[in-house]
Amino acid sequence: MLRRKTTLVQTALWLLPLAFLLVFYFYPLGTIIKVSIDRWLQEGLGGWNTEIIQRAIGFTFYQAGLSTLLTLLLGIPAAWLFSHFRFKGKQFLRVAVTLPFILPTVVVAAGFNALVGQSGWLNLILMKLFDLSHPPIAIQNSLLAILLAHVFYNISIVIRVISSAWEQADVRLENAARTLGAKPARVLWEITIPLLLPSILAAFLLVFLFDFTSFGVILMMGGPRFTTLEVEIYIQTMHFLNLPLASLLALIQLGFSMLITSAIIRMGRMVIVPIVPKAREDSFKKPNKFSEKMIIFSISTILCCVLLMPLLALIAQSLLVQEMVPDGSNDFRWQISLSFFRQLFNNPRQSIFYVPPVQALRNSLLYALSASCLSVTLGLMLAGVSRTNHFFRKMLNWLVMLPLGTSAVTFGLGLFLAFGLQAGAPQWYPFLIPLAHALIGLPFVLRLVEPALLAIPRNLHWAAQTLGAAPRKVWRHIDLPIIWRAALTALVYAFAISLGEFGATSFLTRPDIPTLPIAIYRYLNLPGGANYGQAMAMAVILLIVCAAGLMVVDCLQNYQVDHPNTQEMNDNA
Amino acid sequence: MKITKIFLTLLILVLLCACQKTPSTLTVMTHDSFAASEDVVAEFEQQYHVKVNFLLSGDAGSTLNRAILAKGAPLADVLFGVDNTFLSRALSEEIYEPYVSPLLDQIPSELQLDPQARALPVDYGDVCINYDKAYFEQDDLPLPASLEDLTLPQYADLLVVENPATSSPGLAFLLATIAEYGETDYLAYWQRLQNNGLVIVNDWETAYYTNFSGSSGQGAQPMVVSYGTSPAAEVIFAEQELEEAPTASLVGDNMCFRQIEFVGILKGSRQAELARAFVDFMLGKTFQEDIPLNMFVFPANRQAQLPQEFIDHIQEPDQPAELPLETIETNRDRWIEEWRQLMLK
Repeated sequence: MLRRKTTLVQTALWLLPLAFLLVFYFYPLGTIIKVSIDRWLQEGLGGWNTEIIQRAIGFTFYQAGLSTLLTLLLGIPAAWLFSHFRFKGKQFLRVAVTLPFILPTVVVAAGFNALVGQSGWLNLILMKLFDLSHPPIAIQNSLLAILLAHVFYNISIVIRVISSAWEQADVRLENAARTLGAKPARVLWEITIPLLLPSILAAFLLVFLFDFTSFGVILMMGGPRFTTLEVEIYIQTMHFLNLPLASLLALIQLGFSMLITSAIIRMGRMVIVPIVPKAREDSFKKPNKFSEKMIIFSISTILCCVLLMPLLALIAQSLLVQEMVPDGSNDFRWQISLSFFRQLFNNPRQSIFYVPPVQALRNSLLYALSASCLSVTLGLMLAGVSRTNHFFRKMLNWLVMLPLGTSAVTFGLGLFLAFGLQAGAPQWYPFLIPLAHALIGLPFVLRLVEPALLAIPRNLHWAAQTLGAAPRKVWRHIDLPIIWRAALTALVYAFAISLGEFGATSFLTRPDIPTLPIAIYRYLNLPGGANYGQAMAMAVILLIVCAAGLMVVDCLQNYQVDHPNTQEMNDNA
Repeated sequence: MKITKIFLTLLILVLLCACQKTPSTLTVMTHDSFAASEDVVAEFEQQYHVKVNFLLSGDAGSTLNRAILAKGAPLADVLFGVDNTFLSRALSEEIYEPYVSPLLDQIPSELQLDPQARALPVDYGDVCINYDKAYFEQDDLPLPASLEDLTLPQYADLLVVENPATSSPGLAFLLATIAEYGETDYLAYWQRLQNNGLVIVNDWETAYYTNFSGSSGQGAQPMVVSYGTSPAAEVIFAEQELEEAPTASLVGDNMCFRQIEFVGILKGSRQAELARAFVDFMLGKTFQEDIPLNMFVFPANRQAQLPQEFIDHIQEPDQPAELPLETIETNRDRWIEEWRQLMLK
């Protein structure tokens, strides 16, 4: 009887996410493919240009690979820093690196421009310092701008995923190797890297898929000379209404992401070493040696440069107001003022679409909260059954990754065609948005939670079962306490993805319920200094609220250290 | 499985909400740049005891595409915002119901591009090059008087334009050059522009706020493809009150392209009567006079008064570039492709 009930629960655990995926991912995708085939039969496949498409595929791989490697290169030392040391401003820095994730590209582009644009501060300072006649830094519309923006956006994934694994890695193994006379390089190569490899691969996969389907960054930072598959899909869909070609490209893109995903998941499975997770307390030390301090200082300086400066530039843009010098000359001077923030609460044109920023913020947060809770729930359900060898469940584990590798334009249009066309459909939109966001967040939850879960040694389970614990009890007292922190990190990402998502959302927004990013775009639709300033002010509000939220989550995660379950388990082990 | 229960309850709630029907609404599908004053719309709502719902559906191109994909079971009753660069796609897809509004008499005939009155002109605006006044004054640089002037060495590296494949003003400017040089020579002109240090970006936001030196972004190029009304917006939305616009438009012959925006009743609308009333309302004086300061374009109705800011800060071209609708429709996609092949190598 008990056994029967267990199988039932287990089946429900993977059937529910499957049903969710079928209804809200495969059905819309199928709809758009069907419409495309219909139009193909009617009109044929126009606009096929082998050269452009080949170039797009090539460049998509090139920039994604390069961006991902660069992100790992910068992220891994930072992960080491976060997982080994306790230092001042650590919490602040950890929150700061996650913030870019939630910002709309148009705002990030403005921040970069204020910093390293032609008349950005860095250029102005350098010109003053070295008496140059031309701005020395010119990165607009270059590959470098794309790479920088991708690092800016995604480095937090690398830091969070790898550092959480590093914190749990057993130092005793390294110590044993050292005692046996292994040189540091050998310890790194034969112990540390193999232990970290699953998380490095997970981080690589997530960052790569993000860069692979990147859209706003390529469009706004790279400029028209750089075309990726995603950009080409957007152009073919939105401008030429060439759905057959757009769908074909979307399928090509999906095919490549599937290949990469399955390869990396397989590799990740092979290299997982079960380890006893340990309490975090003893893994942090204060930097003592001078060399350690220097390394920490230089890593955090680089992080600040890449991540904090554009954010600071953004904040400055929202506070600086140009003012006429009162002496009658035509000169301007800069003045610090909160006037842009104040203007946000006015509706001088009595516009019918004016939404107070508080309300837009509330919409955004509500969407993000429901989306992230949904994806974590579904993700935990899936992770719970990921250990079994059932073929379908393994398949499912892999299918969940697909939304991350799917073109947002195609997916959004599919959602629109599948659910958006019935009479009264716009009433549904506010519910469809979190569902779509949850789909995009789900891969994160699974990739973050699964390695943590798989790393739990099986004998812990066996011991509990032998002692008579029911599966649910095992889950609650062994698995959940161990993966709790990974799940919280996943929640943060699902939340951030929902806040920043624009592509699929733009198909389902309603003007009376705008999200904050959409409100920001509305300001930037019109010329004028006040519009620009208010857009920046709104972005800063988004930043502040999210920073506060992340702080809370961070505190929660640290609180976990004292959780009796973990402690006990470690003592037992 | 508390969480599952919560999830199920949520789903049921969703279904319940979806089943509710609000009484008598008129849905207007339009692009993201649409704007109007609250009281103006309220006036219509009170007169006809109806709630007007606006469905903003992306830029002008994607709004039209969505209307086309929803053909037969339209999402809305009225579609506003298809402009003359895409009008013939809308007409050939047969999404509109014809309606000869009595107010068409008040609208200049050169704006009425559809003789069957399926699409009725509501407003028009010119896509022109804006320039940074301070830059030209400081360097004592004469203003370019024609498209050809832009290829002179004195204007090297000074112009930023948008990619016509991703931006509506970019497409309008491409069409202006085709109107000026014809199909045979326009690519050669663009080649000359490129040799003269032309900067191309993908979207208007980047061009205006990142590249243009006359905006808050303080970019590097003092000339940008934007709208003829942008200088007025710079004054109205200035950080501090301004007497004079910091920018102005170049309005030489054939340098601007006139975009005309249309409204039409969607085929299959179940409230055709109300939809017609709304079209009349959009063409009427109240709404027409509300247009300029909300959408920064000119009202089509000749009787509508312009706001003072428009009169003070906007130059209108005497001779905007023009291309026949059919020519645009048959060639648009090919022109863009050819342009991309040449310019984005």
